[in-house]
Amino acid sequence: MKKRFHFSPKKLLVYLCLIIGAIIMVFPFYWMLVSALKTTAEFNSYPPTWVPENWFNMENFKTAFSKAPFVTYFMNSVIVTISCVIVTGFTTILAAFAFSRLKFKGRDVIFSLLLSLMMVPFEMLVITNYETVTRLQMGDSLIVLIIPFISSIFYTYILRNFFLSIPDSLYYSARIDGASNWKYLWRIMVPIAKPSLVTIMLLNAISCWNSFLWTLLVINSDDFRTLPIGLYAFMTEGGSDFKLQMAASTFTVLPMIILFLFTRKYIVNGVARGGIKG
Amino acid sequence: MSAKTKSGTFNRSFEPWLYLLPFIFGIVVFTLYPVINVVLISFKEGYRLLTGAFDSIGVENYLKVISDPYFINGIKNTAIYVITVVPIATAISLFFANLLNQKIRGIAIFHTAYFLPLVTSATAVGLVWKLMFNGQFGVINYLLGIFNIGPFEWITDPRMNIYTLIIYGIWNMIPFTTILLLSGLQNIDPLYYTAAKVDGASSSKMFFRITVPLLAPTIGLTCVVNTISASKVYGELFPLFNGRPGIARNLYTVVFYIYEKFYVDWDLGSAAAASIILFLIIFVFTMIQLQIQKRWKYY
Repeated sequence: MKKRFHFSPKKLLVYLCLIIGAIIMVFPFYWMLVSALKTTAEFNSYPPTWVPENWFNMENFKTAFSKAPFVTYFMNSVIVTISCVIVTGFTTILAAFAFSRLKFKGRDVIFSLLLSLMMVPFEMLVITNYETVTRLQMGDSLIVLIIPFISSIFYTYILRNFFLSIPDSLYYSARIDGASNWKYLWRIMVPIAKPSLVTIMLLNAISCWNSFLWTLLVINSDDFRTLPIGLYAFMTEGGSDFKLQMAASTFTVLPMIILFLFTRKYIVNGVARGGIKG
Repeated sequence: MSAKTKSGTFNRSFEPWLYLLPFIFGIVVFTLYPVINVVLISFKEGYRLLTGAFDSIGVENYLKVISDPYFINGIKNTAIYVITVVPIATAISLFFANLLNQKIRGIAIFHTAYFLPLVTSATAVGLVWKLMFNGQFGVINYLLGIFNIGPFEWITDPRMNIYTLIIYGIWNMIPFTTILLLSGLQNIDPLYYTAAKVDGASSSKMFFRITVPLLAPTIGLTCVVNTISASKVYGELFPLFNGRPGIARNLYTVVFYIYEKFYVDWDLGSAAAASIILFLIIFVFTMIQLQIQKRWKYY
């Protein structure tokens, strides 16, 4: 099946442009990793060296980890991200089902009201939400990082549209066979909607992992910091050693990069529908 | 479980609300109520957190905000940022999207490379840009030096700060924009190109006569979505300038102003008023977006 690889001048130009573009987009990540692997002498040399002398120099990682509890931050990020994905996924599935399959009074009015709420930026809600969680004395805990995000209009909107595309006949034949709505939802609809669900969950995982403003506002103690906030605190409190910052940054971005390498198609698909916050 | 196979066991009109309950609870408490509350707070003078006490009702907060030099600075910088970053990022992304739309070998690797920044923490990426922008040993000044440009004090010279933010902002916006444009390109019927090729059209002619007009709705939509997200620029400032809006407090943006009024000054009335102003700006662009979507029947 091997096709002969023919280089026309036009194709060569396309490759050249593609490679230059790829370098621009990837270089910061390369530089992050390389800087994290450099020794002090290498790091301070100018002009900068493009590759580290020792690709397995873990010194900066060790020092960074001894100065701040990055393992705790990592665990917090994992707990918050997984809980958020599960809880939001659950509320989204139920709501999308109600808005697409069940009939009730005022359904369409409520749904269009929800859509208009979608344009409200989260930054505008932060003041009141801060008040709410403080009043409920939930400050400084991991639950606070999850609770404001339990419902997402956008994800519900995506899933509802997918549910609407599932033919009615499937529903009626299932009902005739005696399946309840609940059973129909979990046994038939959810398995069919798996690609859409995976996309929603991945997008949600990414935005949970990288969440910054809300976490910065509500978390004060070191025990509940997530990776981005721990990294930011490390920058402001832990001194200005760039090598250590780069080691910590590498540790922060790596899990999402690995996730992306395996699930690129789902993520890109979701983003093409406008599904990521800037 | 199996005992209750018919939904008729409980009231039919009640059932949908059980499905909606968790979702509606989250929306009412953490979206709907905050929207109403922030409008109310913006009209309350001397509003105090937690006790909810206030001195009087009026437009004082709005007057205070629009006459605050930091807020005006924020509006100005946000406007400059939007006006420069959105068109430049769109142009570059249009070029990239066309490259990525080619049917050639190894394109998946390029897709991965171009879209990587989408999934990575803005804090971590901001930190590496700060390192690259360093005036003494930064790699950007080194590369510019090869062409005899610079060196620039990207971080420490207040006059350079906005350029630093703009360059980083463009890079940041490219992946998302490229994906939207690429999916727009892939929706164009290949028959148009086949027909044009039969008629002997050159590839540049095909680009400007077929691609650009057919992609116009997507480009328009992309610009509006990016304008909305660029109007909310602030997160990039934290890692770049040590948590400050520019090295000498010279680079406020609207959202950074809101953040500072709220979290540093605890002046909730001003923060609320500023966020209402932000919302009105976004509202206008959202209306434009809806018009574009309606007219071109996109999505």
